[in-house]
Amino acid sequence: MSDQVSGVRYQPEPRTKASSIITRYSFLSREWLRIAALAVVFLLLIPLSALAFGVEWTHTLRTVALGGGILGLVTGALGSFAVLRQEGLLGDALSHAALPGIAIAFLISGRELTALLIGAGIAGWLGVLLVRAIVSTTRIKQDAAMAIVLSSFFAFGLALLAYIQGRDDASQAGLKSFIFGQAAAIVERDVWTIGLVGGAALLLMLVFWKEFKLITFDMAFARANGIPTRTLDLILSTLIVVAIVLGLQLAGVILMVGLLIAPAVAARQWTRKLEQMVVLAAIFGAASGASGAVVSAIDAGMPTGPLIIVAAVLIAFLSLAFAPERGIVWSQLKQRADRRAFAAQTMMRDLYRHCCSHDNMSQPTDEAMLVKLRGAAARAGLRDLAREGLAVMEAGTTQWRLTPDGVLAAAQIADNGTRQTREIRPVVITTVEA
Amino acid sequence: MQSQRIDELPGITSQLAFEVEDLTVAYHSKPALWDVDLDVPQGVLMAIVGPNGAGKSTLIKAALGLIPRAAGEARFFGTTYGKARSRVGYVPQRGSVDWDFPTTVLDVVMMGRYGEIGWFKHPTDRDRAAALQALHQVGLSEFAQRQISQLSGGQQQRTFLARALVQDADLYFMDEPFAAVDAVTERAIVELLRTLRERDKTVIVVHHDLQTVPEYFDWVALLNVEMIASGPIETTFTEDNLRAAYGGRVSAIGAGRSV
Repeated sequence: MSDQVSGVRYQPEPRTKASSIITRYSFLSREWLRIAALAVVFLLLIPLSALAFGVEWTHTLRTVALGGGILGLVTGALGSFAVLRQEGLLGDALSHAALPGIAIAFLISGRELTALLIGAGIAGWLGVLLVRAIVSTTRIKQDAAMAIVLSSFFAFGLALLAYIQGRDDASQAGLKSFIFGQAAAIVERDVWTIGLVGGAALLLMLVFWKEFKLITFDMAFARANGIPTRTLDLILSTLIVVAIVLGLQLAGVILMVGLLIAPAVAARQWTRKLEQMVVLAAIFGAASGASGAVVSAIDAGMPTGPLIIVAAVLIAFLSLAFAPERGIVWSQLKQRADRRAFAAQTMMRDLYRHCCSHDNMSQPTDEAMLVKLRGAAARAGLRDLAREGLAVMEAGTTQWRLTPDGVLAAAQIADNGTRQTREIRPVVITTVEA
Repeated sequence: MQSQRIDELPGITSQLAFEVEDLTVAYHSKPALWDVDLDVPQGVLMAIVGPNGAGKSTLIKAALGLIPRAAGEARFFGTTYGKARSRVGYVPQRGSVDWDFPTTVLDVVMMGRYGEIGWFKHPTDRDRAAALQALHQVGLSEFAQRQISQLSGGQQQRTFLARALVQDADLYFMDEPFAAVDAVTERAIVELLRTLRERDKTVIVVHHDLQTVPEYFDWVALLNVEMIASGPIETTFTEDNLRAAYGGRVSAIGAGRSV
């Protein structure tokens, strides 16, 4: 690997036909196949959840599952941008801020879903603008600004709800379901609304894909390059507002942010490319939205929001634990393997140095001495060397010495060792030439 | 302000790549830049030096419209930034972004083309080739498909340089490219600067290491909220000017210089 500046003129690599097909149709790559596999596994959650909880697959249930699934798809995809912009909590402030909007819309126009959602959207929007305004005009930081906006709007919303409930009006009964979400309230027309509006939001995301990517990664560079960052920022924020508002009826204002954030956090674990992250987050969101909605349909009194979030968080935990490279389990195993490899290497070097100091390559070294010097890891290291045929223990003693292969390998490490201290290499050295 | 008149100097064309007039920037009513004037002729490598808080990065950001100006204006090739934008490249401080962003080195470099590509279009093979060429120039060819979170600080810096190179600009602003980089990267950047000068590009670099100024650059601006002096190294990088900028703390360095 040349990490050097070379004076050689750059020559593009000749691309074979097969490799150019793969770069052009990159969905054929192994990474995308892995994502497809993950998609299958997690989408199975939906029918499985119905089976496990013995829910009957009725028309109503299908409607609810479809609504939850589409919602999760939209929020998962857009949530990826919220997470990468480190604005996850802004989504929380936004959804809480929507509550007074719902209440005011109800006071004006009665229980009309479209009106309620528009009210929610406007209030959520005002909340976000207020947070931005506080941050840019005062010295209050974003977290404090969000806390102020979230709690004041939410408190105002609760007060309005209490006032509405005090009125002699039977139609207000469903309003409380906006706090925790209620799947039972979803009818086919609502699914259409979620699908059409959510689809439009996703379409806009695709249209401005490369610009959204750029402003999410490096706002200053984008602005210096004449990209209208303010407008794009506004569009992206609006799309996130739309996604949240769409989910309020199903997931509720308190927990809606979970469906925005958890799928994206989970998706980030499995991939190293933005497009893959967005696709995966959409899949995870759909799986949790639909399965949560299905399970909540067991009983009319069961709040849907918490169940959707439980499903989403479950996927996030699984991903945080088991995803390759970034997962906790994976990195622990990797660390152990590295430590093991390093122990073997250290043993080889110690044996070699001992030999050198005696000027005799078959000089044995006592295991007890190595353990005293290097700790218990020395034993594992010596066993590994024995397995590789690089060192042997003399029968009936605790004396170790290097085999001829071991001497060659150790000499090579001694040469390279000083230069490659940062990279721990596996002990298996295959090219020992006689 | 003891800056030499550019057009009186031999061998320099009178066309300026970058000029700043009466620029003032204030953060919470405290001036970060105060009435700054600066003329940068085409084809020079210029270091902006000055103590911490002197407003070096602020000068670049205000000129590029990234932060609001309280007063004054900046001109690029005799016109506004809006009109000259495609001729100007910008390398922000590498600490300004989240390097755990899920993308590859090649993809970041390609972002330098986004402004050119225009709306609703995807990068083409030509953009890709330009990005690979730029990566080659900064010695990162083999890192094209590498996840950016796996880069060292120096490699991050070179990735940013490559991203600016694909813009194929005539004037580059680099915000502390030498900050905390390894020796390989430092050499790579110096080499790159020289290549750019050979191609008659103008490069303006926020710089910290006074020792290397005469070696790496041929033009210098000494800044400490106000512009202390600017011009060719030989006449501007003097002990007196340095003392004026740094307040007497650099006499040892200044004395050691053959200025």
